[in-house]
Amino acid sequence: MSLLEIKHLSVQFETRDSVIKAVNDLDLTIEAGQTLGLVGETGAGKTTTALSILRLIQEPPGRIKGGEILFEGKDLLKVSNEEMRAIRGNEISMIFQDPMTALNPIIRVGEQIAEVIRLHENCSKGEAMEKALYMLETVGIRPERSMDYPHQFSGGMKQRVVIAIALACSPKLLIADEPTTALDVTIQAQVLEMMNKLKQQFNTAMLMITHDLGIVAETCDHVAIMYAGELVEYGTIERIFHNPRHPYTNGLFGAIPSLDKDVDRLRPIPGLMPDPAALPKGCKFQERCEYACDKCRENAQMFTEIEPGHFVRCERAVRGEI
Amino acid sequence: MLRYILKRVLWVIPVMLGVVIIVFTITYLTPGDPVMTILGSGYTPERYAAKAAELGLDKGYFGQLVAYIWNIITRLDFGKSYNSNIPIVQEFAARYPISVSIGLLSCMLIAIIGLPLGILSAVKQYSVLDYSLTTLALIFAAIPSFVLSILGLVIFGVKLGWLPVSGLDSFKSWILPVLANTLPGVAGIMRMTRTTMLEVIRQDYIRTARSKGLKESVILRKHALKNCLIPLVTIFGGMIAHTTAGSIIVENIFNIRGMGTYLYSAILARDYPVINGCVLLIAFVVCVMNLLVDITYAFIDPRIRSQYEKKRVTRKKITTTKAEVA
Repeated sequence: MSLLEIKHLSVQFETRDSVIKAVNDLDLTIEAGQTLGLVGETGAGKTTTALSILRLIQEPPGRIKGGEILFEGKDLLKVSNEEMRAIRGNEISMIFQDPMTALNPIIRVGEQIAEVIRLHENCSKGEAMEKALYMLETVGIRPERSMDYPHQFSGGMKQRVVIAIALACSPKLLIADEPTTALDVTIQAQVLEMMNKLKQQFNTAMLMITHDLGIVAETCDHVAIMYAGELVEYGTIERIFHNPRHPYTNGLFGAIPSLDKDVDRLRPIPGLMPDPAALPKGCKFQERCEYACDKCRENAQMFTEIEPGHFVRCERAVRGEI
Repeated sequence: MLRYILKRVLWVIPVMLGVVIIVFTITYLTPGDPVMTILGSGYTPERYAAKAAELGLDKGYFGQLVAYIWNIITRLDFGKSYNSNIPIVQEFAARYPISVSIGLLSCMLIAIIGLPLGILSAVKQYSVLDYSLTTLALIFAAIPSFVLSILGLVIFGVKLGWLPVSGLDSFKSWILPVLANTLPGVAGIMRMTRTTMLEVIRQDYIRTARSKGLKESVILRKHALKNCLIPLVTIFGGMIAHTTAGSIIVENIFNIRGMGTYLYSAILARDYPVINGCVLLIAFVVCVMNLLVDITYAFIDPRIRSQYEKKRVTRKKITTTKAEVA
């Protein structure tokens, strides 16, 4: 049994005059101790997927339309609120994108960490604080600073505090939602290295959400490429990096500079992602795809296994035409 | 922190001095001769001069101003009413406690009723409860307190005869005036609480709190409410300042011998020393409340607190970040 198995997940945001289909029929699997990279551009539905796992989608306007999220075989969409609260922060925890706003400005950081420990581990206030200090030390912050408030920390240190909160109860699954996007590059490297180390130390599985393929290369075992609310390609990191098949994945690689190839210009993917309130019929990527044919505009594409463990949602790629 | 508080307390002095000078000057420049007003018609020049000397009005502008301030500082003497000849301080001592009692009682009720309703309305946004509460709040915020007072008087005092219509003799007689002060306040605080609460519960750190698995009630109490307090404390401070100064309208309608009726009758009679005294007292209370509000901010929000302790913190920060980088 996999640690996390998402089956046919669909999430919508319903406003007065439109229905925004953020996630459509998404399947994902994460094995214990492994890291899955979820890659896609802004608005692809990555964060929505992550928040669905914790059932933290703002309702209304958000709504999980259907599907299953099996965590150790248990469907998280069916458990009671109470059970869900026991899972949040304890078995599944999340690191948020913007460390500047993720911490409560008027509570001391030590207490913000100790709070989650006290909640999930049957222990006294003193023991919880002791463990909070240990967590601070683990993420590289001197324990004396536990009495400080978030505004007294730099962005990178705030993100470390957020990571300390997320790992405090040794969760089985850690969802990291663009954990380094708000940080500058040197701090990014530090934070990533630390996360990798801690992940091994606590034997935590991770869902790494990012739009940075460099981060994926450094941290992940598997990669899922997401476009307009659905997965377009999935496979091990070697398969995806060495043999990307979907035109969108290829586009992503073409848009990053390479050190060993002499290229005059980067090749950005032309156009924009389709409006999620009015998704096109057929392949969602057709408007930006240089290989799109009439069939692509007609038929919805199936997510097909082209080699063991390598899935692609593109008929032409499956037929070997691309 | 203590130094900051002391500094703020000391700031009250120049502010109050400014208020005294402005108030005194306005009265001084107002046309009309108080001596003539007091003596009425048919006085001799000798009686006029004697009265003017008694009131200290024979001196020039600066002489009068200095004497006025000096008397207030040294003897808490605001002068005497031109009409009744009773020292103003004496009236203050009798009337101010009444207005303060009504005001504080109203403010307490406003907080007890307004805050929870505002929070409830925010948490259950777009529900029937939310719509009914906001509509009700809108109605009470829109009705002026004199209309509310008179309605209350007519219905509960005259028609039903449940409550007395004037004075403050029994427990029952407090109900209508306090309610007349409370209801518009509740409406205001409720709407403000709802708005700030809605803003706070959309913040990222509330989502973080949820992702920890905390109960909604704990999230509200521990993470959201305290972050709402700054705007609420601001409004509340102002509310306490002006309700304790006595409502002219409510006190007059219910015939309560508080500061409101005192000021009102002084204005009608052009009793300038009394008007000045009342304005000074109100200004002083506003000053003190602002001071308390600012100090409360610092207790609620560590970011504001560290601004006050800026010099020390920045020095500390430099050393720590150096250590952290190493």
